[in-house]
Amino acid sequence: MRPFEYVKPKDSKEALRAKTPTGAYIAGGTNLVDLLKKNIAVPHQVLDVTQALSDKITLKRSGIEMGAMVRNTTAAINPTILEQFPLVSKAILAGASPQIRNMASIGGNLLQRTRCPYFYDTSLPCNKRAPGSGCGAYNGENRMSAVIGYSADCVAVHPSDLCVALAALDATVVVQDAQGKKRSILFKDFHRLPESAPQQDNTLPEGALIREVYIPKNAFHKHSAYVKIRDRDSYAFALVSVAAALQLDGNRIVAARLASGGVAHKPWRWLAAEQFLAGKETNATVFAEAAALAVQDVRPLAHNAFKVDMLKGAIETALQEALQA
Amino acid sequence: MEKKNSYSRRFFIKASAALGALALVPKYVSSFYRDIKALIVPVKEHINLTVSVNKKPYTMQADTRSTLLDLLRENLQLTGTKKGCDHGQCGACTVHVDGERTLSCLTLSAMTVGKEVTTIEGLSEGDDLHPMQEAFIACDGFQCGYCTPGQIMSAVACVKEGHTGSVEEIKAYMSGNLCRCGAYNGIVESIQKVAQHETI
Repeated sequence: MRPFEYVKPKDSKEALRAKTPTGAYIAGGTNLVDLLKKNIAVPHQVLDVTQALSDKITLKRSGIEMGAMVRNTTAAINPTILEQFPLVSKAILAGASPQIRNMASIGGNLLQRTRCPYFYDTSLPCNKRAPGSGCGAYNGENRMSAVIGYSADCVAVHPSDLCVALAALDATVVVQDAQGKKRSILFKDFHRLPESAPQQDNTLPEGALIREVYIPKNAFHKHSAYVKIRDRDSYAFALVSVAAALQLDGNRIVAARLASGGVAHKPWRWLAAEQFLAGKETNATVFAEAAALAVQDVRPLAHNAFKVDMLKGAIETALQEALQA
Repeated sequence: MEKKNSYSRRFFIKASAALGALALVPKYVSSFYRDIKALIVPVKEHINLTVSVNKKPYTMQADTRSTLLDLLRENLQLTGTKKGCDHGQCGACTVHVDGERTLSCLTLSAMTVGKEVTTIEGLSEGDDLHPMQEAFIACDGFQCGYCTPGQIMSAVACVKEGHTGSVEEIKAYMSGNLCRCGAYNGIVESIQKVAQHETI
């Protein structure tokens, strides 16, 4: 670990003002401390924002607002979230371990870096860690890598489960830039695809802070499910995961949401399948057709062709589970 | 590990004068001023902190990089908390911070100021072992013992959180603690034993 100065700003204004260009904000630390130890993150200054940012969950007329410092466990067991946005809780509890969920913050969850082994091994090429060095996984070991939305420069996947639920529920991210100005970024625009600049995970402006994550009210609370398939039953990153949510009128689907983790550089929405499901009846054939529609755009790499069938099955299972929820 | 300061007195006077002058100019150069300041003012790499461990306050100077795990083991000689992977993957370093299970290897010690840390050494009361420690002995909840302090701290939290409804639930909520000897069945039994006792 390289030496750094530790500062603990009292509020967001002070945090934004105190941050130097080589500074890094720290909240839960579950990803950053690891990156510091491996000299992948080498800030000269670490700004502890645990006091500066809100850890409150507030139900508003049009939706729910989670402060960036809300811990993952706190959100997962919050009664209002369990009642009105249960998909959020299901996704959080499918990720990490109890210890890590106790530490990790909502804001930090959005900003965690990929778990691609090439990113973490500093002796190997990785455009995300060392731009221009190449993508080791594209022609290398890519069993865990993306199957859609990737480029020859990066095939990494976003590791978050929570973000899959937030993508499905059309959340917005409230950010405050270095000048102190607040604005909202739609969740679909928050994370980027790698294209030719995989070093940029998201569209958060330089030096800016995430203040809140906002989820608009919806009618999906009765029928939602999160299916995560991984190498072991708990405490592993997704091979593929699916968040499914249905709004029903009898056995007719009024609206559907389908999103996946473990497949792309950002949480992936299956929009064509969602459109297909709207207006249809809830039955196994319809679900299978929706899943087939989703996977038709998928282009696996050398070692992850298994993800295609796995994804198809996971979408069908998630829709069934959402129906029965 | 005292770090010698290589800057001369004259350099400091000059630098402070330059910085003072820069501070007076309008706001648009303030970011430039900040960058220059970051370059020439030596970074404070040590901090004085007071951490409360097992209800006892400890005041010391620590490297800003030190994790809670290193602080416990190296500065306070509380070596019950173990360093396994040091990357948040094995759970051997699990302690309680403000009553919640936490990975001490991923916690900067500076971030524990004002919080109450409980380690395996703080679990028993005098010579009386904690019920979970007794249960681990009774149920063979360990073999080599290296992961055990972390397992026990996690197990105590698991019972407190109420995640003991089934073997599957216990396993899911203990998945952050790995045991290379494979004492998992004994660990689950220990937790069931304590959970049953607590609900009676």
